[in-house]
Amino acid sequence: MDALPEFRIVSPTTLAEAIAARADNPKAMPLGGGTDLVVNIRRGIVSPQVLIDMNGVQELHAIGVDEKSIELGASARLSEIAEHPAINKYYPVVAQAAAHIAGPTHRNMGTIGGNLCLDTRCIFYNQSEWWRSANNHCLKTTGTICHVAPKSRGVCFATFSGDLAPALLALNADVDIAGPKGRRTIPLEKLYIGFARQDVPVTEMQGDGKYYLSLRPGEIVTAVRAKNTPGLRSAYDKIRIRRSIEYPVAGVAVALRKDGGSLADLRVAFTGTNPRPVLLAGTAELCGGVFDERVIKGLDALVRDQIMPMKTTFTPGHYRRRVAGVLARRLVSRLFEG
Amino acid sequence: MARLLECRLNGRDRADAVADNILLLDYLREKVGLTGTKTGCDGGECGACTVLIDNKPTLSCLTLATTVHGKRVDTIESLGTEGQLSAIQRGFHEKLGSQCGYCTPGFIMASAGLLRKNPDPSDAEIIEALGSNICRCTGYVKIIEAVRFAVALGKQGLAP
Repeated sequence: MDALPEFRIVSPTTLAEAIAARADNPKAMPLGGGTDLVVNIRRGIVSPQVLIDMNGVQELHAIGVDEKSIELGASARLSEIAEHPAINKYYPVVAQAAAHIAGPTHRNMGTIGGNLCLDTRCIFYNQSEWWRSANNHCLKTTGTICHVAPKSRGVCFATFSGDLAPALLALNADVDIAGPKGRRTIPLEKLYIGFARQDVPVTEMQGDGKYYLSLRPGEIVTAVRAKNTPGLRSAYDKIRIRRSIEYPVAGVAVALRKDGGSLADLRVAFTGTNPRPVLLAGTAELCGGVFDERVIKGLDALVRDQIMPMKTTFTPGHYRRRVAGVLARRLVSRLFEG
Repeated sequence: MARLLECRLNGRDRADAVADNILLLDYLREKVGLTGTKTGCDGGECGACTVLIDNKPTLSCLTLATTVHGKRVDTIESLGTEGQLSAIQRGFHEKLGSQCGYCTPGFIMASAGLLRKNPDPSDAEIIEALGSNICRCTGYVKIIEAVRFAVALGKQGLAP
């Protein structure tokens, strides 16, 4: 890897100081665990002049969990979340997703805020400066075409591969955001705008692999929270090339509720497939009856229509789409029957 | 820009002026001269640079030195005493957990992190805890045996 370029570290101890530091330095980036950002800096992908070390801001470390609700501060460590007894008990999908991220040492470093905002990935992007310059760069950095889809008309297809986003989408989570204009709370689903539509221009609400978050300039994710639903069953599973440490070929989170013998509620979310984590639309129509061939076929059809893996990793898109479908089917059936 | 970094390194308080853009790995190897911690892939994939920060295994190649201010940092040099190997070092020695040896400091520190948290781990827990480390020589079986041996020594009172 390349040596680190010159930059300055600012170490705020309150959220207000962090926001102010960001407003003072438009080219600043927040630093959590560094497992994503430091690698990208060393590859010359991003070159912030200022890093804001968020780890000194105590209020962002809070973890509040009980039977009724879960609230995780952005600096909560992935290993803390994966090992937390109450999260494992009441929100297994969140603990399981955290436990599936990278390897154990990375989880000691990485934060939930960083994982939710994880930079999108692509084989043409996560490379050294030297490699990328030999390939004329790409849309996500300074190039003019997307090497994954050269006819994409300015749309980047880099893939979102954070594991906690689908888990929290399945729980209908909200995310707290703080910025120079104050705080706001939005549904987590609205944080992700990587729709990569080729028929409409990229806007604040409609982005692609490059503009994949709806954060406004200077804004920081501060916490994520969700309410529990009595009787909810949830789980996360992921296929990766190396089981001990790897980004997902596809990751799936499922949350469902049973009413007697019938499926009362179903939410399915994916990662590693699109430029955004995808909460499957249309699952409500599959509910109301028993878990049978109709539900399986309907689920397959929804996956086929909404999951769009491109050739952004070493595994081909059609394989990742099939993996996503199979994982979803397995998880739904395991949770329904278990 | 440089600033004062104060930390407790291998049981001793240190204060050094370090630049903001210096990695913990380079600080340890170049500034302090502790070259037991190895530079491997240099990108967070292999675990050769693993050190303990507040007893938690951490990749020093992805940690900026100034972010360990006020913390406890333990490297491979902190283990064992003059003429006496620590339990994990003994394990790697006795069970041939080390061949070329390049990954060994990282594996030993990851194991030390595990045993400080959980002195009696199951095989599954050992395998899980070493998931961030790569070894191209041993095939891992001997490494797992080494940690198991260290667990047994730990029960006899030898520090990990």
